[in-house]
Amino acid sequence: MSKWLQDNMPKIVLAPSFIAVMIFVYGFIGWTAWVSLTRSRLMPRYELDSFIQYERLAASPRFETAMVNLFIFGSLFIIIAMVLGLLLAILLDQKIRTEGAIRTIYLYPMALSMIVTGTAWKWILNPGLGLEAMVRGWGFEEFRFDWLVDPDMAIYTIVIAAIWQSSGFVMALFLAGLRSVDGEIIKAAQVDGIPHWRVYTAIIIPSMAPIFLSAFIVLAHLAIKSFDLVIALTGGGPGYATDLPATYMYAMAFSRGDIGQAASSAMVMMLVVFAIVVPYLYSELRTKDG
Amino acid sequence: MKYGAFAMASAIAIVAANGALAESHVTPEAEVLHYWTSGGEAKSVAVLQEEFAANGGTWTDMPVAGGGGDAAGTALRARVLSGNAPTAAQIKGPSIQEWYQEGVLADISDVAEANNWGELLPASIASHMKCDGTWCAVPVNVHRVDWIWANTEILAANNIEMPTTWDEFNAAAETLQAAGIIPLAHGGQAWQDATVFETVVLGLGGPDFYQKALVDLDPEALGSDTMVAVFDQMRTLRGYVDDNFSGRDWNLATAMVMNGEAAFQIMGDWAKGEFLAAGQEPGVDFTCASTPGEGFLYNVDSFAMFEVGGEAKEAGQELLAELVMGPTFQEVFNMNKGSIPARTDVALDGFDSCAQTSSADMAASSDGGSLLPSYAHGMALFGAQAGAITDVVTAHFNSDMSSEDAVQMLTDAVANSM
Repeated sequence: MSKWLQDNMPKIVLAPSFIAVMIFVYGFIGWTAWVSLTRSRLMPRYELDSFIQYERLAASPRFETAMVNLFIFGSLFIIIAMVLGLLLAILLDQKIRTEGAIRTIYLYPMALSMIVTGTAWKWILNPGLGLEAMVRGWGFEEFRFDWLVDPDMAIYTIVIAAIWQSSGFVMALFLAGLRSVDGEIIKAAQVDGIPHWRVYTAIIIPSMAPIFLSAFIVLAHLAIKSFDLVIALTGGGPGYATDLPATYMYAMAFSRGDIGQAASSAMVMMLVVFAIVVPYLYSELRTKDG
Repeated sequence: MKYGAFAMASAIAIVAANGALAESHVTPEAEVLHYWTSGGEAKSVAVLQEEFAANGGTWTDMPVAGGGGDAAGTALRARVLSGNAPTAAQIKGPSIQEWYQEGVLADISDVAEANNWGELLPASIASHMKCDGTWCAVPVNVHRVDWIWANTEILAANNIEMPTTWDEFNAAAETLQAAGIIPLAHGGQAWQDATVFETVVLGLGGPDFYQKALVDLDPEALGSDTMVAVFDQMRTLRGYVDDNFSGRDWNLATAMVMNGEAAFQIMGDWAKGEFLAAGQEPGVDFTCASTPGEGFLYNVDSFAMFEVGGEAKEAGQELLAELVMGPTFQEVFNMNKGSIPARTDVALDGFDSCAQTSSADMAASSDGGSLLPSYAHGMALFGAQAGAITDVVTAHFNSDMSSEDAVQMLTDAVANSM
């Protein structure tokens, strides 16, 4: 008996959380998938009605805007945050004296919630209150920076705020990566007279590939589930110019009583996440098996 | 004098109700889910609670703040799904019918017929409160949506009369713009764009067109040349709004009219509360008028009763329904909230001139068949259709889309939302 208990203890301890995850994560994913195939409106219904919700989704110009925005926001946010984060990390890696203080300052935005970031940037970018008004107050009457109220440019204000929030975190990731590179190799390279920048591009950065992958995965999922930043910064506006799939889903589920649409857009979001995460998992598992 | 008679009648009615309940030996209970949580609204709902308690009832308050009722709607759905519906909930317009179709609403025809609601309410408002011929909800107030508010001083200084057609409005706006005043204070949020849009539809198309386009969703009306003209006017209005309007809250736009930065605002009568709170007087500091054109767009708050077991709760529903439609509550509540009573026999002596105009217009338009539900405030259509229209309206207003493209997009969006 005690032998059996001993052998099976890990399974018994893990069982509750395993069951909870099965129900509350995979069970509800299944439920959402089911509902996305029905004509649910105010309340969920369970009679299947083929792919009507996906057809409606495909015909909705608002969802198209949301997907295009996700692409613009996601790619710019990930690329710029990574470049900026790497640059900050390299500059900080030059054994400067006040590194601790500077590192904390750059990391601080991460401590704020997206709602605070969004609200602060809303005021900074508001043409009548923020940057534009300030520069005009200095006498540059022609100065214009009204991206926040320009439907074509408003999505980039979200990129700006998100990068401000996250690049410090990416910097911390990269800094840890830089420090983990074997110092002996770098010294050897310096003895051989290889210039400083070549040490970075040819030795350090290539050896940090796993860090790049982690940073990418973290930023990608932040981008896809972005919701609070948009709500606080632009409210999805002007019009619906800065809608993202997450805000679209929220509007459908909670303001419009169109649960079928909300479920189908949630499934599309999940597929986007899968498209990014599955190759990552695949490569991870394969290397471990090998 | 007339009012005295009503007070007397209502006092008798309340005493009578008390007597009836005393005989049956149950304490009426009501758990009420509502989203009146801001200052003036909370005060208004407290009036109802006191009255309910004075009649021997036990009131359990369930206020859910946020999202203009979205959060309350979510809470309500969760509770109904888990089989624990509140006694009464604040829902309005077509949602009442949607909930009825889910088979969860209670029948309050007994109270309604005993108190003669059919006679007291304007026909089109009464129709929202009925589900398949039985009464299933009780109206609290009538907000008029198609108001235009103006700064009296600015109008006088520029020799402008309150516009009665959209052409007059445009002419006035040109004059104001030349004088360096923002003609129209507006907040760039989707629902505010929709509010302006529906008043333009009513003004340019008339009540019949409004009914066809925004209530019946007739594809012909939606794709008509009149609709193109409506979007043209929206584009014109876009030119009368300041550059910084995006995302502005409606009360900040009202403040612009108050401060003399802007001349007009198109907004429902809740804007009046802002003027009054700032100590301004109707007719002196600010002017209220219906938006150009005829008709009356209403936004009616109401309580629907849910099917709940138990004598106490059923007694609570009956008492609640009776009190909400009672003349005392209708008067006190609406005076606090800035709307007008839904029942047509309440004396309006204590109300301001804007409310009196509103009430007279409601009676007149009810007779003339132009008393219409507001689409922008969820009275005319189910959420999905109303949302689809709003998407197009706000996309057009915030871009340089042509009116023809907007009309095409509108018919597509409405068809897609079905």
